Amino acid sequence: MSWFKRKSAGIKTSSSGRNDVPDGQWIKCGGCSDTVNRREIEKQNLVCPKCDYHFKMSSMGYFDLLYDGDYEVHDDNLISVDPLGFKDRKAYADRIVATREKTGLNDAAKAAVGKIGGHSLSIAAMDFSFIGGSMGSVVGEVVTRAIRRGYEQKMPVLVIAQSGGARMMEGALSLMQMAKTSAHLTRLSEAGLPFIVLLTNPTTGGVTASFAMLGDFHIAEPGALIGFAGPRVIRETMGQDLPKGFQTSEFLLEKGFVDLIIDRRELRQELIHLLDLIMEEKVNVRKKKKTPAAK
Amino acid sequence: MAAKKTTHLLEFERPLADLEAKLEEMRAIRNEDTGKDLGDSIAALESRVDDLRTSIYKNLTRWQRVQIARHPDRPYSLDHIENLTEGFVELHGDRLFGDDPAMVGGFGTFKGSKFGSEDQTVMILGHQKGRDTKNRKYRRFGMPNPEGYRKALRLMELAVRFNKPIITLLDTPGAFPGQEAEERGQAEAIARNLFEMARMPVPIIVVVIGEGASGGALGIGVGDRMLMLENAWYSVISPENCSAILWRSWDYKEEAARALKLTAHDLVEQKIVDEVIPEPLGGAHHDAVSTSAGIGKAIASHLSQLKKLSPEELIASRIAKFDEIGSFAEV
Ligand SMILES: [Zn+2]
Repeated sequence: MSWFKRKSAGIKTSSSGRNDVPDGQWIKCGGCSDTVNRREIEKQNLVCPKCDYHFKMSSMGYFDLLYDGDYEVHDDNLISVDPLGFKDRKAYADRIVATREKTGLNDAAKAAVGKIGGHSLSIAAMDFSFIGGSMGSVVGEVVTRAIRRGYEQKMPVLVIAQSGGARMMEGALSLMQMAKTSAHLTRLSEAGLPFIVLLTNPTTGGVTASFAMLGDFHIAEPGALIGFAGPRVIRETMGQDLPKGFQTSEFLLEKGFVDLIIDRRELRQELIHLLDLIMEEKVNVRKKKKTPAAK
Repeated sequence: MAAKKTTHLLEFERPLADLEAKLEEMRAIRNEDTGKDLGDSIAALESRVDDLRTSIYKNLTRWQRVQIARHPDRPYSLDHIENLTEGFVELHGDRLFGDDPAMVGGFGTFKGSKFGSEDQTVMILGHQKGRDTKNRKYRRFGMPNPEGYRKALRLMELAVRFNKPIITLLDTPGAFPGQEAEERGQAEAIARNLFEMARMPVPIIVVVIGEGASGGALGIGVGDRMLMLENAWYSVISPENCSAILWRSWDYKEEAARALKLTAHDLVEQKIVDEVIPEPLGGAHHDAVSTSAGIGKAIASHLSQLKKLSPEELIASRIAKFDEIGSFAEV
């Protein structure tokens, strides 16, 4: 195992958000199938102005969206080393190189630290565009470090989940990342710090069956696919069609596994509100400092 | 060593079975006392059978081991529990929804004195497969629903309350992928176990006894020691499903098994498994009792080591163990 202590990378400003909206000025909406102007969507935080369909947002997109201003990006320099020498129709080593070139990302997760509504917040966010947001050794490490930063520096942690599951090409090593991330959440919990999960489309497999279902607060974006087994597998097991809306955010809310469904355009404000409520002490301290002493 | 006859022959064992049949035939001829002296030919054939057996079983491919891990006569959790404990009391139900027969567990006296340590009460639990058609269905082929994982958690929490070590036996083709399993939070149930097992202040020994497929296996698989039977497999996905997804065909399961590096020895190299427990030649189903004894010896020795640690040390080293798993580089 390689363990690198690395404190921070560059400071990014809030104009560098990448996203997963297809190229071109006019985009076909995945929700209403209408053609929508790219600039319109971008103005709405990648939500369709006609039907509220949430396009996928990148890790950097979320950092830009949520933080008050500048933030530090962490752990975007970790890369997979193909520990098993895995080869299917393509060699995993080649796949990593090609995906890194294509996406400009080093792997499927990045971490950041910054302020949101004045609260310090450690975030790990996933990128579906990198091999389906799959979790291998790198993603496990990035998420773990974001959690560790939370309990070491006494701040809440937010994980933005967007993943097809564990990364097959790292075999059991990927599986163990579920245990590793979950183990560090016990430390955060024992430090009395909140863990918030944002479930976005899609969150499935090993990511759901570990940190993504261990939040003190589960917030989902509308209409996201969230589940453990894939719908196709379940349909085959059951030999019947699944109910409409099965494994969506709304379904999970009804079944009791999600606290809130929040439109991305309101996400920042709602998060600040939630943090104000639970980190009350800190808010009061901050307010007291600002208010000159009475009497 | 003569292998015990089993009703179920694996495809790669056929040449051996054919040769054994021929040997039997020759012995029968001699027994009929036809006057022919077949002694030399029989001796020669016997040695060919031995050679072939050795060459097959000493050079098992990864896919062949997967097949042995799934052998219908392979000892399951309850078989090992019977061989390892006395006075086992099976406990039932998750107190929330129901009882899941795909997961079994309870308190029993681990027969440590037979395996080099001392007798002691343990919580022992595991996935459970069924032996015949009816039971396979009843046990859901060893694929738990959320209530299975929640029952396991309830039992482990009892172990913590009474300060008893926990032994978990992994043998599942995966968590059950059904509609109701999703509705009742399969993912949450597994995740909760990973979280709680990481911080339990009693020793936890995990033994992969057959199939260790994905989160369904890991759901009772977080511990201080990871032991694995020689022919068991453990990975993030089954070779068949890996083939279907990455090769877009069901036909590449052998390649997938090779690529996934999913055997006990592979997992030692990946620093996931601490000890490989040997099986009798040909697989655990040839001698369940001696297989269990191998497991018992390993458990006894690891329990003795873990007993020396305080609860704080135990938890810290457990988390550190998972920190060490995985590799990456920095650019
Ligand atoms: Zn639309």
